[in-house]
Amino acid sequence: MNALSRRGLLGTGGALVVAFSTRPVFAQAEHAPTKLPGSLSVQPHLSGWVQVAPDGAVTVFTGKAELGQGIRTALIQIAAEQLYLAPGVISLVTADTGRTADEGYTAGSHSMQDSGTAIMHAAAQVRAILLQEAASRLGVDAGALSTTNGRVQAADGRSLGYGELVGSLSPDQVASQTIALKDPATYTVMGKKMPRVDIPGKVTGAAAYVQDMRLPGMVHARAVRPPRYGATLAKLDSSKIETMPGVIKIVRDGSYLAVIAEGEWQAITAMRALQDAAVWTGGQPMPDQAKIFETIQSLPVQDSVILDRKAEMAPAVHTLKARYLRPYGMHGSIGPSCAVAQLQDGVMTVWTHTQGVYPDRAALAELLQMPPQAIRCIHTEGSGCYGHNGADDAAADAALLAQALPGRPVRVQWMREQENTWEPFTPAIVAEVQASLSADGTIVDWQYGVWSNTHNMRPGNGGRLMPSWARANPLKPSPPMPIPQPEGGGDRNGIPLYDLPTAHVVSHFVPDMPLRVSAMRGLGAYTNVFAIESFMDELAAAAGIDPVVFRLKHLTDARARDVVQRAAQEFGWDKAASLPAGHGRGFAFARYKNLGAYAAVALEVAVEHETGRVRVVRAQCAVDSGQAVSVDGIRNQIQGGLVQSSSWTLYEAVTYDATGITSRDWSSYPILRFPAAPDSVEVHVINRPGMPFLGTGEATQGPTSAAIANAVMDAAKVRIRELPLSQERVKAAIGV
Amino acid sequence: MKARSITLGLAILVAGGSAAFAGLAWRPAIGKIASPTQFDRALVAKGAQLAAVGDCAICHAGSTGTPFAGGNPLQTPFGAVYASNITPDPDAGIGTWSLAAFRRAMHDGVDRAGGFLYPAFPYNHYTHVTGEDVDAIYAFLMTRTPAKLQAPATHLPFPFNIRLLMAGWNALFVDHSPVAADPAKNAAWNRGAYLVEGLGHCAACHSPRNALGAEDKAHPFTGGEVDGWDAPGLTAATSPAAIAWTAGALYRFLRHGLDDQHAASAGPMGAVSHDLSNVPEADVRAIAIYIASMTDPDGRGAAEPTREQQVAARVAAAQIPPPELQQTSGAAIFAGACAGCHGAGAPMMLNGRPSLALGSSVTAATPRNASQTILYGLQPGPGERGPWMPGFAGSLTDDQVAAVLTYLRWRFTDRPAWPALEDNVHRIRQDKSS
Amino acid sequence: MISLIVNGTTHQVDVDPATPLLYVLRDTLGMHGAKYGCGLGQCGACTVMLDKQAVFSCLTPVAVLEGRQIKTIEGLGTIEHPGPLQQAFIDEQAAQCGYCIAGMIMRAQALLERTSSPTEAQIRAQMQPNLCRCGTHIRILAAIRLAADTMRQAAIPGRVQEVSR
Ligand code: FES
Ligand code: FES
Repeated sequence: MNALSRRGLLGTGGALVVAFSTRPVFAQAEHAPTKLPGSLSVQPHLSGWVQVAPDGAVTVFTGKAELGQGIRTALIQIAAEQLYLAPGVISLVTADTGRTADEGYTAGSHSMQDSGTAIMHAAAQVRAILLQEAASRLGVDAGALSTTNGRVQAADGRSLGYGELVGSLSPDQVASQTIALKDPATYTVMGKKMPRVDIPGKVTGAAAYVQDMRLPGMVHARAVRPPRYGATLAKLDSSKIETMPGVIKIVRDGSYLAVIAEGEWQAITAMRALQDAAVWTGGQPMPDQAKIFETIQSLPVQDSVILDRKAEMAPAVHTLKARYLRPYGMHGSIGPSCAVAQLQDGVMTVWTHTQGVYPDRAALAELLQMPPQAIRCIHTEGSGCYGHNGADDAAADAALLAQALPGRPVRVQWMREQENTWEPFTPAIVAEVQASLSADGTIVDWQYGVWSNTHNMRPGNGGRLMPSWARANPLKPSPPMPIPQPEGGGDRNGIPLYDLPTAHVVSHFVPDMPLRVSAMRGLGAYTNVFAIESFMDELAAAAGIDPVVFRLKHLTDARARDVVQRAAQEFGWDKAASLPAGHGRGFAFARYKNLGAYAAVALEVAVEHETGRVRVVRAQCAVDSGQAVSVDGIRNQIQGGLVQSSSWTLYEAVTYDATGITSRDWSSYPILRFPAAPDSVEVHVINRPGMPFLGTGEATQGPTSAAIANAVMDAAKVRIRELPLSQERVKAAIGV
Repeated sequence: MKARSITLGLAILVAGGSAAFAGLAWRPAIGKIASPTQFDRALVAKGAQLAAVGDCAICHAGSTGTPFAGGNPLQTPFGAVYASNITPDPDAGIGTWSLAAFRRAMHDGVDRAGGFLYPAFPYNHYTHVTGEDVDAIYAFLMTRTPAKLQAPATHLPFPFNIRLLMAGWNALFVDHSPVAADPAKNAAWNRGAYLVEGLGHCAACHSPRNALGAEDKAHPFTGGEVDGWDAPGLTAATSPAAIAWTAGALYRFLRHGLDDQHAASAGPMGAVSHDLSNVPEADVRAIAIYIASMTDPDGRGAAEPTREQQVAARVAAAQIPPPELQQTSGAAIFAGACAGCHGAGAPMMLNGRPSLALGSSVTAATPRNASQTILYGLQPGPGERGPWMPGFAGSLTDDQVAAVLTYLRWRFTDRPAWPALEDNVHRIRQDKSS
Repeated sequence: MISLIVNGTTHQVDVDPATPLLYVLRDTLGMHGAKYGCGLGQCGACTVMLDKQAVFSCLTPVAVLEGRQIKTIEGLGTIEHPGPLQQAFIDEQAAQCGYCIAGMIMRAQALLERTSSPTEAQIRAQMQPNLCRCGTHIRILAAIRLAADTMRQAAIPGRVQEVSR
């Protein structure tokens, strides 16, 4: 405990607290009133969000998790604003089944909408209650009171601290449906620059991640994975390994194999020895990488028409058709998945960087055959995950091994090759589009279809935890389901935001999964925006219209127009930019999910004719996330999203052959490195004070890919419709 | 060595001088032309493949990364020779060169203005390339993106700065006759011979050189040296390979940069196999067949069962190090620094990468290539897939590198220990920093 | 027993000499800065300084470290008194998840100790071994440039500025 708190991060609050909180766990509302804003609808009790202690300390609770997106800071800003407090005095508790509301997953850029909205309203209401209490104690009208720095003040100078006021109040009020929020014009914290609370600790070596946890008596474990999906352990002589230094236990259950040792290096050394000694057989046949898109399109599908519009249109003079392809890609967190678990007195505590502590708990309960109440999942930050990576599976490893070694905390971290070969990938996708133009360059018909696996194999049940598959009594994953529109999964952003009076869009959901897949940043939006925005440029070229003008011609949404125009203007799109030889410019736009942030990207690439190597030279982005809470946080997300998406777009593809996944490390799955980073990425945030928060974290993934493809077309006169735009592919298209 | 080559240089000066006297040395300038831009696409495409066999892009890689812009030095015993800009830029490159001027450079080692080129540019091999093929390469180069970068001029010390000397050198060492076809061999072998002896100029690295920097014609392909690396011998007697190179293995290695019964292509060879991935498969096979006729002259290596057994035996022999070896610091360094990739159960080994017991750098007569790889690693280009090794120059001292080399040699080979390891490592480090 | 000099302090550690420094720093000495990312020398998350050079601690067995100076991010400053590079990363808000950042700072530190005015190309070449998956590259580069400026100005005689403690 001491070792943990000694260098604990500023503001991590209870995230690394080891023992159960003595505070009662808040009951979830059984019949939540539906009209409450954000996640107040699942947890209407104010004390589930904001608590003021008698000493005036303020703690804010969120069921969402910090994934490196800076959510911790943004939520503190919101609470501070509505409570009229300095952000520095607020502690924030993040996702913990023992302490916070069940806000499901931290995913889909929902945190600000769900949790931010709830905290904003809860904080405003807590302040209103405190103000009321002060008014009655001081015998003045609440309207005559002011609040600064945690004290309520009367005009005559008398004042009461929040802590004093809270004593006599009922601790557990339910949120009311009418809550007066602070006037956005008077904001002093929200929308203002606030340094992230977690960065100082992270740059000085404080314990910041689940990987950094060190509990008394903690041991280290490593799993040994089969060479490919479904392979079984045919033979293993582990007698020599059992006596290796530090080895405590070799755990084997069917083909599930792991080693627990006192030291981490000892665990790794023993794991390698087991890996070498184990003989595996069989396994699922792997798909043929060269034919993967044909395979995806030939599997059975469940079709749904997600858009069907018909209108009287001018006659078509020109019809274009194209097919866009995206291979499997990986999350590739820099820090492989990790978890710590301890079984003590019948309670299993799991520290995990899962995106959903409650769903993970439910799945673990099934896996461990324990009641959910006996399991506590505490979110503890990990390396950036960008979606459903190995986090939940690592939690399952840790819990299984903690069950095998009761009493001692067990820390499991995956090896790089395990992360790369066993994480659920983002699915390979095919998009086919056909559209017609009238004589004046208007799109008069739009037909679009997208083929994709599910983008959600998160632990809905125990069988979706990968370690359960190899055990003697394996669990079956619950069947994949499409994520319905309007959010969508493979068909996310499959419907263009453009004015298309005649349009037909079909989502071809492919249930069979040749490789293990699940959610990754942007889901299908990355590919659909790549396809739609590449095709918009193809149409613009066919119509002989500038691509930005062509987009605006089909765009009436005012906020969409604003980001498009702003990005174009900041880039200098109009100035018939005389780019250097081999350079090109590209543009793309999307509103994430057609519900979240609006983002437009204009960028310049350099294409090396001889090698086909592409580099993004500079980019200008415009984004509208509604009310901006942390402007710099938005910028950081957009910049990072653009750079990450450049890496996906230029380099990335999971590779596999009959032996299994072969992109096991960074030499077989190269990603962007510093020499290829853009010279500049500028982000222009169009703030909309008072408007709802719009999720931002995934807004540039899609537009970046198409902007790059469009810029490559401009630079080298080649249209590439298959990702990634690798140098081999670009060179092959350029020819000699 | 240096004093000796200077003396010999002076001798050649005399020979060259008399040659000049005889009017042999003087070459006229060939008039400038306006850069031609129109070429048949098929010719350009053929030129691209031939240029890849000829490794043009490797030596003429721009010092700033601009392809064909030149500027990188090739270290020779006589000093650094800078590669020229061979893009069609009229000022910095060869944009004003006519086809005749280009042909003369390729065949005779004389530039457009009439100056002699140094044989760091392997015209002694390119002279065997047919006129047709040279024309295709010309078409390819003349259609590259012009680069304005001026490559540094080469300044060798006296007497090698007297370019006219090269007339004498050429008279002594350059054989202009075409590669003779061997009717006893099949077409692929003959094609391989043409590519290897001509454009491929394999012997330029893989043969020893005399004091004047000319290939030792009496001992071709018996191993040479380039840029601080050993170019291993390619004859059966001189190849250090643990298991003889067959045509199939050579093909995989040349085309993909890795063969699972040998090792990854590293050092200067890395770029060669990278280039060969763009050459028609048949040509790479032809090259492999020709070279295999040296490495595996009686074709025994291809006898698969024996071969599999050989490989297995080699690998198995390396599995259990003797106890006395386990006590050395080399063993500890191997376990902590190398085994994560090269040890049993490591991810790289799961991907079917060859055991160190099969790698030529560990079986070679000198520790040079192994030292180079340990110190500076091996990395694919940006965004490219390929064998990877981090360099240990910053973390291991000379004696520590020597300790791990000793361990590798003992554990993975049956060859005698390398002498004076620490000095060897030290020298490589010094050459790199100078 | 192997003696290790970490941030100027000598520690006696009783571990297998083959153990990579990374695990000794984290598990034996209780530090958190250096991180496991790949264990293969491909990502730089584990980067520390060894006698002025940036090295991968995941591939540096302690057997080779006797008598050599090891510097980790904990040696550059504290949360209360960050060193110039740490301060620059805070000022530029150069982190998303931050997992890669300690390694980034140590690799940049090695460059700035060697070269006070690195060019953009030198910075990028130096940082090439280190990966960031969040795409924080633009800010990391900005922070390194900023720290170089701060350190240079601090080095001008007569200027009063706190650079390191
Ligand atoms: S963990 Fe050391 S380089 Fe990746
Ligand atoms: S900030 Fe997340 S990996 Fe770099």
